[in-house]
Amino acid sequence: MSIKLIDLQHISKSYGSNMVLDDMNLYIRENEFLTLLGPSGCGKTTTLRIIGGFESPDTGHVMFNGTDITKLPPNKRQLNTVFQKYALFTHMNIEENIAFGLRIKGKTDQYIKDKIKYALKLVNLDGYEKRMPDSLSGGQQQRIAIARAIVNEPKLLLLDEPLGALDLKLRQDMQYELIRLKNELGITFIYVTHDQEEALTMSDTIVVMNQGYIQQIGTPESIYNEPENAFVADFIGDSNIIDAVMVRDELVSFLGARFACVDKGFGENKPVDVVIRPEDVLLVAPDEGTICGEVSHLIFKGVHYEMEVMANGFEWLVHSTTMFPVGTKVGIKVDPFNIQIMNKPVSEDEEAVGVEE
Amino acid sequence: MLKNKKKWFAAPFLIWSVGFILIPLGMVFYYGLRDKSGAFTLENVLAIGTPERLKALWLSLLLSFIATIICLLLGYPLASILSKMSRNQHSMIVMIFILPMWMNFLLRTLAWQTLLEKTGVINNILTFLHLPALNIINTPYAIILGMVYNFLPFMVLPLYNSLTKIDPSVINAARDLGANGVQTFCKITLPLTVPGIISGITMVFVPALTTFVISSLLGGSKILLIGNIIEQQFTQASNWQLGSGLSIVLMIFIIINMIITSIFDKDGEGAVL
Repeated sequence: MSIKLIDLQHISKSYGSNMVLDDMNLYIRENEFLTLLGPSGCGKTTTLRIIGGFESPDTGHVMFNGTDITKLPPNKRQLNTVFQKYALFTHMNIEENIAFGLRIKGKTDQYIKDKIKYALKLVNLDGYEKRMPDSLSGGQQQRIAIARAIVNEPKLLLLDEPLGALDLKLRQDMQYELIRLKNELGITFIYVTHDQEEALTMSDTIVVMNQGYIQQIGTPESIYNEPENAFVADFIGDSNIIDAVMVRDELVSFLGARFACVDKGFGENKPVDVVIRPEDVLLVAPDEGTICGEVSHLIFKGVHYEMEVMANGFEWLVHSTTMFPVGTKVGIKVDPFNIQIMNKPVSEDEEAVGVEE
Repeated sequence: MLKNKKKWFAAPFLIWSVGFILIPLGMVFYYGLRDKSGAFTLENVLAIGTPERLKALWLSLLLSFIATIICLLLGYPLASILSKMSRNQHSMIVMIFILPMWMNFLLRTLAWQTLLEKTGVINNILTFLHLPALNIINTPYAIILGMVYNFLPFMVLPLYNSLTKIDPSVINAARDLGANGVQTFCKITLPLTVPGIISGITMVFVPALTTFVISSLLGGSKILLIGNIIEQQFTQASNWQLGSGLSIVLMIFIIINMIITSIFDKDGEGAVL
């Protein structure tokens, strides 16, 4: 797990005066499912295109298994890409599409035939050899695009929002399909998406990006539970982000009340941001809560109720399976380990993080 | 009600096509298949069989074929460059390219006559530079030059259209799967632009085959194309029957051209007629 398959070193890229990537450093381990996650324009697709060889960085190096491939054209790289809009060759049938890469490499007819059969089985589309791409649904076309890429046995598969054009149900099915494929094939995936749910479901590692900077790298759990800044907290799921002051270790003050927390080492009386996930906000009887408020909105979401509670000048977003009608006086309580403390942005670079798309 | 009303919008076009396409076409066949007394005959069509006329037909086919090939070879790279440019960049080039088309066709061709003359602009420059003079006026080369010059836009535009229709990620996909530039062009770009090629070929070959203006202005009176012979029948000999008969022969060749091209164009995207 520890071999660096791809190592991006000091990559910068700008289009005209628009800086897309600024001194980016990132490595991807072998057999990892890594997701580049961020709003559009954050540089995630550019990063993928640089790895694929479709863009060259202004500065920096792309290392592949220890060798510098920065100047190598895409056809010489041991990786394959699945494009957002499938990019199937419409003048060829499915068989010819899948065989394309293998024919270029001069494989034997028998080898190609076996590979096509194997790949179609893998993506659950056996028997589609003679069909034309236009006669397939979006989901089927995307699976053919995946089959076309994996028959070449790449070490690394790049996926550029491959599920973006599919409807919700199909997208969820394909997510499981992709995880299964990755486990069966044992190849490294780099996946680009703006959908945080997709990223959380599939990834081993998530790289959250915004405005050309990496905001946080971590497992889905750590990204969700311990966001390092307000942008990450806000982008990954719903959250309550509140201005606060760290009174001392394990005690934080916000909205005129003091909350016990588990974080240490921020110093004394230091301004910080606090993140509390809506499902971690506990609604109790008014006299039992740390602060009191009144329910101002109520929506039924299926799995839970989504409520907004006005308390001490802040509108709390709350997810709960217990319903409190609008106008109810409630107390708000948060378990210490559910309060996530983040440093306030200090540098100009980090200033970008608060900007929403 | 609404449906019936909408049909009336097609009326002007219907009147146009009946009046200016179907009736003239019918008249060509009416005159072409009758003798002067009005009896049915194939004589006017078979009149193509004289050596002089066969030679003109052969020369027309040859010159328009060569002109079409040259247009394709010049037009493809040009269309390809245009299709890769951003909108702002290419509008300037398209402008330069289309600008001559705002001038009268005759005027443009006459300009070439002046340029190519023995003591014309080009030869003056060549002499000034102590280079051998260019003597191509009144030769088939001048006619090909005129054809290429006049019909090149008709090749570039359909090619440009079919090239811009190709999704850049399809090209990237081919590169990604290991194809180098040449392989990508041969296996992806070229097959995907077949409709444009077909359309371009038809739009250059057909007018080149039937032209009489270019050949009479740049070929002198010595070189006769089939278009010139047909023109003479109408304007000088006043023999509408023979002129129409020969036109039918020419039409047959145009139809053959379209059948051949439609075989290569399975999707029918490039169909002009």
